[in-house]
Amino acid sequence: MNTITQPVPQLQQTRRRVPPELTILLVLVGISLTFEILGWILQGQSFLGNTQRLSIMILQVSVIGIIAIGVTQVIISDGIDLSSGSIVGATAMIAMSLAQVGTFERALYPGLTDLPVIVPVLAGLLVGVVCGAINGLLIAYSRIPPFIATLGMMVTARGFAKWYTKGQPISFPTDSFAAIGKGLAPVLIFLIVAAIMHVVLRYTRYGKFTYAIGANKQAARVSGIDVERHTVKVYAVAGLLSALAGIVVASRGLTAQAGMGTSYELDAIAMAVIGGVSLSGGRGSILGTMIGMVIFGVIISGFTFLRLDAYYQEMLKGIIIVAAVVADVYRQRKRVKTA
Amino acid sequence: MVSPRTAEAIKHVIEETERHGLLAIEGIRKEFPGVVALDNVQLRVRRGTVHALMGENGAGKSTLMKIIAGIYQPDAGEIRLRGELVTLKSPLDALEQGIAMIHQELALMNWMTVAENIWIRREPKNRFGLIDHGRMAEMTADLFARLRIKLDPRAQVSELTVAQKQMVEIARAVSYDSSILIMDEPTSALTDREVEGLFSIIRDLRERGIGIVYITHKMNELFEIADEFTVFRDGKYVGSHLSTDVNRDDIIRMMVGRDITDMFPKIECPIGEVILEVRNLTIPGVFHDISFSLRRGEILGLAGLVGSKRSNVAEAIFGVTPATSGEILVNGTAVTIGSPSAAMAQGFAFLTEDRKETGCFLSLNCLENIQSALITRSHVKGGFVDQSTVTKLAEDMARQLRVKTPNLYETVENLSGGNQQKLLIARWLLTKPRILILDEPTRGIDVGAKSEIHRLITGLAAEGVAVLMISSELPEVLGMSDRIVVMHEGRVSGVLDRADATQVKIMDLAAR
Ligand SMILES: Nc1ncnc2c1ncn2[C@@H]1O[C@H](COP(=O)(O)OP(=O)(O)OP(=O)(O)O)[C@@H](O)[C@H]1O
Ligand SMILES: [Mg+2]
Repeated sequence: MNTITQPVPQLQQTRRRVPPELTILLVLVGISLTFEILGWILQGQSFLGNTQRLSIMILQVSVIGIIAIGVTQVIISDGIDLSSGSIVGATAMIAMSLAQVGTFERALYPGLTDLPVIVPVLAGLLVGVVCGAINGLLIAYSRIPPFIATLGMMVTARGFAKWYTKGQPISFPTDSFAAIGKGLAPVLIFLIVAAIMHVVLRYTRYGKFTYAIGANKQAARVSGIDVERHTVKVYAVAGLLSALAGIVVASRGLTAQAGMGTSYELDAIAMAVIGGVSLSGGRGSILGTMIGMVIFGVIISGFTFLRLDAYYQEMLKGIIIVAAVVADVYRQRKRVKTA
Repeated sequence: MVSPRTAEAIKHVIEETERHGLLAIEGIRKEFPGVVALDNVQLRVRRGTVHALMGENGAGKSTLMKIIAGIYQPDAGEIRLRGELVTLKSPLDALEQGIAMIHQELALMNWMTVAENIWIRREPKNRFGLIDHGRMAEMTADLFARLRIKLDPRAQVSELTVAQKQMVEIARAVSYDSSILIMDEPTSALTDREVEGLFSIIRDLRERGIGIVYITHKMNELFEIADEFTVFRDGKYVGSHLSTDVNRDDIIRMMVGRDITDMFPKIECPIGEVILEVRNLTIPGVFHDISFSLRRGEILGLAGLVGSKRSNVAEAIFGVTPATSGEILVNGTAVTIGSPSAAMAQGFAFLTEDRKETGCFLSLNCLENIQSALITRSHVKGGFVDQSTVTKLAEDMARQLRVKTPNLYETVENLSGGNQQKLLIARWLLTKPRILILDEPTRGIDVGAKSEIHRLITGLAAEGVAVLMISSELPEVLGMSDRIVVMHEGRVSGVLDRADATQVKIMDLAAR
């Protein structure tokens, strides 16, 4: 039978969808305007009109934003990373201990002072990569759930940070180390990291593999992807970015403490999730996370601006995070229904 | 000029290939906890042939294919590719050795585009080393043009129907330009039209010397496309023949070890009053003005091409995605069905088309899968499930449908595709519905079990159950239905009575 001439039935073209980032952006605009209006009513002044407030806000969220970039790719690959905050603490300690000035007589390593800035930075980043890779190895090869593996790292890394100086803070960094977190430098670092990761996720094989594994691990495997090896990479990158955040925090504060970065992991996850990164994997983008990060910042600085009690702030923050996810899930469901 | 040594080597390869064929498998054994899936099986595939692999559900066909595709490792036996002994350690390994596979349980990445799914790991790059999405879409369009598939390369896979997904899988497997192509039930969700399209692709590949292993439960496909075939039964090798040497009954006898005479035991039974009436059901942009009625004891077939939105109508009736306008009347009174649980309260049951996405709880065991619908409405006292009764009901039903599993506590993920389908049928039959909606009920089910399921459906109809059956297999629709509603692009294009329905008439209405 000759079938060459037989037409295959026309399958309808799928409609182009509104990018999810756009709806999140609208949420951001909505929240900002709400604060603006409340500002005029309750405080008699503009919320958005104050550039100083806005730059403080961006600065505040940038450090956690760096972590959120790493966490975004972890969540896209259908994982989770609870260890980021503790890795911040551990790397802050290690980097700072190698960044002290020689004129400070009680330096942690008196023989290792006034080192070039690259030494503490690389040491910190290395620690982050190692912690992340351990997370990844545990998850990929011993098949424990990401939640448990990174929970273990969270506790261990924090313990390490405390043990490192028996709880003592480390201070007096060199000028060049202190420059890393000065002024708006953290914002710049964040933007560079975000831009790189945006390109990586969208235009490189690394990115495609990350989405593929998150969307369907078995399908990724039969497509010839080495799922285990890639998982290790994803967590190592997340560890690297947590370490970078740790270095920035230590530099900015001119001191490192074992408790630094506590609960950053949750804020970072919240930013990603508000930004539309799906906790079931396979979906999300850096743009979304960036918007999620700004929403997060606007909420916090908005509440402070309205002089809301700190306790109320926390409660409301929790509610807003959940509301954002509910809205996202609802949007997804509606879309699937009409598809 | 070829050096004498190279010439000698080439001659050697050719000789070895002649002797063993393209792919020669010998003495393969594979055991899973509690089951010997394969016991000393063999398979020999020659260049440029289509080799059908036949056997009942759970015979071990997919298991062997997964071994060839590097997904499972055999416990014993050898695999020769062009005469050379090989070990296939991973899917990547198999792909690199020129073995590509279309998986029975669709293996696509949701939320990614069609093009990304096809070219994953092989994405074209631009001069900056970044992925060139434009080029990738073009490559996909070229591939689709060659295969005559009409699908948007930039569409998201999660928005495709099962049939469209199957086409993407086919395209991806072909895109590897492999020397061996394994197709594990590639047509289970396709209608005759798309199947014809696939067959012309297969003939083309065969012409180019590719060896194709083809698994199907559709007998007529075997005679249309296969040159040779091998039969497995219960994990054992039964025999291989040229498909011209045997007839349908011979093969069935080899597969099941007994004769099956009546493929579609249709019993004409008295048809009662109208129980379900659907009036002008519409979801704008999906389907429009769907009206039909269904009587007690009637089997109403719903036929149409892929994309005719038959499944969407079924989903609307069952409240999965309620229609935006139109009426549903049960026993003459208008009802609003806003959710599946509301539909079940009205006595509906709905076997969905996509067993992996909307059917099975893959990580739960067989018993939990069978009982899940039943215990939402009955057999629960004070929050506790009356487990002994339910287990007994489930066991009886599983036995009747001949579900092949060591016991009902086996995780469903480990069952063969056809056996998973049987569990889902068992789930809905246990709820004793008044109106049973079946979407591709025998998808991936072997001949023996198929006639058993047909017998069960007919038996239910005889007891007064109204059945709405969507099927892409025309012989099934024709054999089972009292009336047939044909849909075309979201509209009813005609209704045929059993007496004057023919394949040609249905296809005419379906294609317009
Ligand atoms: N991962 C696994 N773990 C345990 N048992 C398995 C696993 N995979 C397959 N089996 C068992 O091996 C047997 C053969 O299964 P297989 O999937 O190869 O059957 P099949 O011939 O492809 O059937 P079908 O026609 O239904 O697709 C079945 O009894 C099945 O339950
Ligand atoms: Mg199978």
